[in-house]
Amino acid sequence: MRLVELRGVSFRYAGGDDYAIREVDFSAGSGEYVLLVGPSGCGKSTLLRVLNGLIPHFYEGEFSGEAYVAGLDVRETPTHVLARHVGMVFQDPENQLFLSSVEREIAFGLENLGLPRAEIRRRVEEVLRLFGLEELRHRAPYELSGGQQQKVAIASVMALEPEVLVLDEPTANLDPLSALEVLSLVAELAREKGVLVILVEHRLELALRFATRLVAMEKGRIVADGEPREVLEQVSRLVGCPPVVITYKLLKSRGLALEGPPLTPEEFVDSLVRGWEAWRR
Amino acid sequence: MEAIVVEDVYFSYDGVPALRGVSLTVRSGEVLAIMGENGAGKTTLIKHFNGLLKPEKGRVLVFGIDTREASVAQLARRVGVVFQNPDHQLFAESVEEEVLFAMKNMGLPLDVARERCEQVLKLMGLEKHRHRSPYSLSVGERKRLAIAAVLGYGPDIVVLDEPTAGQDFLNKCKIGGVIAALKAEGRGIVIVTHDVEFAAQVADRVALMAGGRIVRVGPAHEVLTDEEAIREVRLLSPQVPCTACMLRERGITLTNTPLLPGELYLELVRLLRRQAMR
Repeated sequence: MRLVELRGVSFRYAGGDDYAIREVDFSAGSGEYVLLVGPSGCGKSTLLRVLNGLIPHFYEGEFSGEAYVAGLDVRETPTHVLARHVGMVFQDPENQLFLSSVEREIAFGLENLGLPRAEIRRRVEEVLRLFGLEELRHRAPYELSGGQQQKVAIASVMALEPEVLVLDEPTANLDPLSALEVLSLVAELAREKGVLVILVEHRLELALRFATRLVAMEKGRIVADGEPREVLEQVSRLVGCPPVVITYKLLKSRGLALEGPPLTPEEFVDSLVRGWEAWRR
Repeated sequence: MEAIVVEDVYFSYDGVPALRGVSLTVRSGEVLAIMGENGAGKTTLIKHFNGLLKPEKGRVLVFGIDTREASVAQLARRVGVVFQNPDHQLFAESVEEEVLFAMKNMGLPLDVARERCEQVLKLMGLEKHRHRSPYSLSVGERKRLAIAAVLGYGPDIVVLDEPTAGQDFLNKCKIGGVIAALKAEGRGIVIVTHDVEFAAQVADRVALMAGGRIVRVGPAHEVLTDEEAIREVRLLSPQVPCTACMLRERGITLTNTPLLPGELYLELVRLLRRQAMR
C-alpha cells in the first residue's frame, strides 16, 4: 500500500445538495511533490480534509470509499493520531501561530506528543537550521513578515516529522520572492527527506517548476493526473497556463516544433536556443 | 484627466516613516498598478486616496479637493477602496444587503439600487449566493463581494488592494474583465498588487515603491520590462521579458522587448523571417 491511498472516495457535506468529491481514486508515495489544481469549489479542500481525517471525523456528512494514510484507515483512526503522519499548512499563518517566540511555537506540538526534553530540543534545533530560522528563534511570530511566518508554520508542522505535508494555498498572501522561497524549501523536504508534498496553489508560474506530478480536479472529480508536462495543456482550460507556455503553444500552432511545454522561462530559453538552429534551416 | 494628485506626501506611524515624499497622479480612464514588496508603503499610500489618512506634509487632491478639507464620507463617493482583507469591510447579514448598504447610504433610490445590485452580483459571479451570509463565503468569494459592494455605488476611481490574491484562474480573468470594463466607462482604476503577470495584462502605468518612496513610475511596458528596477523592489520579472533577457544572453536578440506572450511570439517570428532572408 502506498503512503496515501484513496479508493472510490465520495463525500457529501451534511445539508449539501451535491457531492463535494466523487469516486476519487488517488495514490501517492514518498518524495512526490504533487501540485493539486482546479477552480474554486472543485473539491480540492475537501480532498485535503480526508487526508488528515477532518473528514469524516469532524465534518458531518455522507462518506463512502476507502482512505488510507501511512497504512492507517482514515475512517477508524482518530485525527490526533493522523496528525503525526500528516502535517497541514494553510493560507493564513496567523491562524496557526499563537505563542510568544518562534522556538516555543515549534516546541509546542512536540510537547503535546509527550516527547522527552532532549528529543524536543534536538528536533527544534534541526528545523530551525533547516528553515534558516535560527536568528529569529526568540522573536514573536506576530512580529515577523508573512513569508517568515509561513516558514515558522511549516517548521512547526515538520518538527513532528510527518511523512505527508499538505499545503492549502500557502503563498496566497506572500510577495513573489517570499513565495518562491517557501515553495522551494518545501521542494527540498520532498527531495532530501522523502516527504510526500501535496500542494494546492493557483499561481502555476510559481509552483509548476517544483512539481513532480500535476493533478487537476473539476466538479469533485480528478480529471487529469500525471507528469506536469504531459497534462499541462489538458488542464489549461481549467486553470490557465503561464506566459511561457502560452508562447510555446503559439509557436507550436505555427508549426515551429519545440521541446516542451516549458515549466519555467529557463527551460523555455533552453528549448528555444536548441530549436532556433533547426528553424533557420 | 487628473483625478487624484499626490504632492510630496510624508506620513509616519508613531514616528516610524511610512511615506517619504511621494508624488503621483491617478488619471481617469487608466489602470495604474502600484507594486513593491510588503512594507513598501503601498497600503499607506492608498489610504490617502479617500482621506482615511491625511498627509503630515504635502497634500492630496481628489478631483481638486484637498483631502484635509473633506470628510471620508464625501471622498468615498468619488473614490471607492477595496482593502486586501475583505473581512474588514463586510458586516451585513446577506450578500445582497452588503451590496445595497453603500448604495442606500449614498441616497440612491431603492429600485435603482436593486437593479445595480443585480448587475454587480452577476459581474462578480455571486448571484447564486445572494441570500447567504458573507461569512459563509470562501475567502475568494468574500473578496469579490467587497469589490461588488464598491462597484455598486459607482465611484469615479476604484482602488483594489491585491485583487487577485487567492483567486483562481477563471475569477482572475473575471476581475481583469471588470477592470477593463471600468476603464472603458472612463473610470480610473488603481490596483495594488504583487502579481506581475496580472499587472502586465491590465496596467497602463506602473509605479514601483520601496521604503516609502516611489522609485520608478511610467508606462507599464517600460517599467515591467526593466529587469533592474523590478529586482530593486524585490519583485519577480514577468516571464516574457525574463525570457527575452535570457535569450539575449544566449545570442538571440529581439528588436523590441516583449511583455506579453503574443508580443514575444511575434518578435520571434519576425526575427526568424529576417534571418531566413539573409
